[in-house]
Amino acid sequence: MKANSRFIISMLSFGYAFLYIPLISVVIYSFNDSRLATVWGGFSTRWYGELLRNEQVTSALFLSLKVGISAATLATLFGTMAGMALARFGRFRSRNLFTGLVMSPMVMPEVITGLALLLLFVSLQQLTGWPGQRGFGTITIAHTTFSMAYVAIIVQSRLAAMDESLEEAAMDLGGRPFRVMIDITLPLIAPAMLAGWLLAFTLSLDDLVLASFVSGPGGSTLPMLIFSKVKLGVTPDINALATVIMLFVSVGVVVAWRIGLRMQRTND
Amino acid sequence: MNGVSNNRLNETWQRFAVALPYIWLLVFFLAPFVIILKISVADPVLALPPVTPLIGDSGQLQMTADNYVFLLTDKLYAITYLRSLMMAALATLLCLAIGFPIAYGIARSKPSTRSVLLLLIILPFWISFLLRVYAWMGLLNNYGVINNFLVWTGITSQPLQMMYTDFAIYVGLVYSYLPFMILPLYATLERMDLNLVEAAQDLGARPSEAFWNITWPLARPGVIAGCLLVFIPATGEYVIPYLLGGPESLLIGRVLFDEFFANRDWPLASAVAVVLLFLVVIPIVILQRNQARDAEQLA
Amino acid sequence: MTDQKDTPAFIEVRSLSKHFGDFVAVDSVNLQINKGELFSILGGSGCGKTTLLRMLAGFEVPTSGQIFLDGVDVTNQPPYERPVNMMFQSYAIFPHMSVEKNIAYGLQKDRLPKSEIDERVQDMLRLVQMESFASRKPGQLSGGQRQRVALARALVKNPKVLLLDEPLAALDKKLREHTQFELMNIQDKLGITFIVVTHDQEEAMILSTRIAVMENGRFEQIGRPKEVYEFPKNRFVADFIGTINMFEGVLQGVRNGKVIVASDECGSSLNVICDDPPTPGSDVCVAVRPEKIYISQNRPDNSEDTCLPGIIEDLGYFGNISLYRIRLETGKIVQVSAQNRQRTIDRTLEWDDEIFISWRPRSAVLLTK
Repeated sequence: MKANSRFIISMLSFGYAFLYIPLISVVIYSFNDSRLATVWGGFSTRWYGELLRNEQVTSALFLSLKVGISAATLATLFGTMAGMALARFGRFRSRNLFTGLVMSPMVMPEVITGLALLLLFVSLQQLTGWPGQRGFGTITIAHTTFSMAYVAIIVQSRLAAMDESLEEAAMDLGGRPFRVMIDITLPLIAPAMLAGWLLAFTLSLDDLVLASFVSGPGGSTLPMLIFSKVKLGVTPDINALATVIMLFVSVGVVVAWRIGLRMQRTND
Repeated sequence: MNGVSNNRLNETWQRFAVALPYIWLLVFFLAPFVIILKISVADPVLALPPVTPLIGDSGQLQMTADNYVFLLTDKLYAITYLRSLMMAALATLLCLAIGFPIAYGIARSKPSTRSVLLLLIILPFWISFLLRVYAWMGLLNNYGVINNFLVWTGITSQPLQMMYTDFAIYVGLVYSYLPFMILPLYATLERMDLNLVEAAQDLGARPSEAFWNITWPLARPGVIAGCLLVFIPATGEYVIPYLLGGPESLLIGRVLFDEFFANRDWPLASAVAVVLLFLVVIPIVILQRNQARDAEQLA
Repeated sequence: MTDQKDTPAFIEVRSLSKHFGDFVAVDSVNLQINKGELFSILGGSGCGKTTLLRMLAGFEVPTSGQIFLDGVDVTNQPPYERPVNMMFQSYAIFPHMSVEKNIAYGLQKDRLPKSEIDERVQDMLRLVQMESFASRKPGQLSGGQRQRVALARALVKNPKVLLLDEPLAALDKKLREHTQFELMNIQDKLGITFIVVTHDQEEAMILSTRIAVMENGRFEQIGRPKEVYEFPKNRFVADFIGTINMFEGVLQGVRNGKVIVASDECGSSLNVICDDPPTPGSDVCVAVRPEKIYISQNRPDNSEDTCLPGIIEDLGYFGNISLYRIRLETGKIVQVSAQNRQRTIDRTLEWDDEIFISWRPRSAVLLTK
């Protein structure tokens, strides 16, 4: 195993360097004073200041956050229901179709889902007049549909790993199924639901393709705004924006990870 | 017995819990595909929406196979599909070749290091996909970090053209989808009983033989899952070829996008989507069936 | 172990140690095992027995010391070159290969011709009575069947030594008893040297020609099962193997070849026969097994025996035997087991009965360490 492990260690080093060097270079260049993003013109934080004053950015960020929170919450609600149904309700009629429907948004290429949803919204509008304007509502629906699959899988695998006898014990002690679900099942899958919510929120903040399809004029999410700028090339203010986003995400993920580690330790 | 593990949904709340996501998915996931199918057999018209209705004014059925005929006869589309599939396949193989040793290394490391290594794999995944692609624009540019470095060290006198090439697309694809390969691989490798490899060595297998006889076949569920998670989105990828690839690098995701938004040819875009669906979904169904059967046998 | 001076041992372990950081898993142990032995290494979890076995198999590199197998130094041989095979505690049966393929695997690695592989696999399947399961996948086998496949897979290569890591731990009680005898039969038939690691002292007693009792990385005693049970060398071995009553005391002197020990724990002096007694005044321990103690309602008249009055604190009926917990006047609890020879429904002894316990001088062991 010795000769092997040298290979493994060099692959690990290469892999992590590959993953992180691009991100680090963005951070470094965000402090570049020069307007030309590729020429170093001295250290400066001026692009961060310009970022704050850019109303386009703040309004796109606000829309993204609004959509992210709504979609993640809806996705957690539906995804938890679906996950419980898959893990605990046994066989019910048309279960196979249900399973397929829950899982497929995950593997569907985004361009197809986006196109399909847009065509649905257009048809609905023709038939019912709703949705009158595409934007917050339609993006939220698209993101909910797409991310509830992830929540469902996280909840389902958590339930599958969990001893069903806990719930049976609660019923044996006189709990009605609904009470057992509230008193026993939900608290036990709460960490999974939280993880699902965070994942759904991130997926929503991250999405460009679905939002580009189902959003109307005026409704620009942060990724859409970034994309429209990035199309024209590398710019220092995007570097600054990227750095801010990376900082927030990294802090959030590391904190969540440490909490997760501590919870694991107390549970063991 | 009236339990949670009951085989029938005889509690109202259980029926409700199934019905709500079910209806949502029927309306917002299944119905849209029916509409795509419908529009893919319509003709484009100058109207809003720019398609002919399924039922004409006089009540006759208006269906046409023109879009599909066009897709199948036009050489450009066939090439585009083929190129998309090949690029996605090669990117998937690259991810596998790079991801397997990494996943293996993580799975065999000490538990304390393992969680840090895993976190470092997951972290970029939480950072915006778009920004990660964008980061490469700054690196691969003619005046970007890599070229500056190469010219500065004198390895090349002229900057290398990396941006707007297929190479850049591969870098972008591998970079973006590597975590999707590593995580399922790690999950299967971590669960594997190390005694199995030891048993093979005990029976006379050299480490490399033990790897190919035992570790590799047992990692297959993870390999399949990882490959699917990379291959499918990579096939329909829009952002990466748009930002990193050249204007001539025609890939199906971008063609669909342009057909729809730039040319406003909704029926053709729908037909492109339907064909992509069948190119991608059918292999998935087959692969997943096989995988489920394997999993049953291994259990 | 005197006969080993002239013929060199088949397996010889010389001051073998294994350290994991600061932790000493195996602490310079020496061991000689003869050809054809069924040798057990017995110890609790974390005593170092599995590490020792893994060093014998070649999975762990010793920190220091040497291993000789049939006169050859194999200390630095990788596992795939050692003529040693192992049966893992988890059985480690390759889940993606059929029973047949599992057994054939080791022979294929030796590049044997296909016809010979087939023949030897068939022989092995017959030996472990698994012929009808040849093409099954491991997932479709019961625990006992998996154990047979693991055994066959390790034996088919005809190793010089077969290492077995807790071979019966995963089986239920009935199957375990049956399998014990089967293992012994197979070992007898093939004449291969077996080294078994186990935490189950009963298993070690039944299976082995010799047992090594291990604790904290060292051997506490090595000997035949009877030796280890009847003549434990120290308190740890006495206590670890079976149940034993121990009376701490001070050695008073020797009279008529019997050692007299004053023990506050039982409130009187105890007589023990000991060939090599320590000097008077030293702290010793008198140990008696429960089945060596008689229980009677009247004081027995044999003056040679040790006899102590007590009260039945608790009793349990096990069918073949009854177990009694006797409280002496000093408060010390003594365990006694008695065969139920009479077929009767009435109990002769009841809770709180005042009785006498006694044992012969030869029944007790004097422990100094």
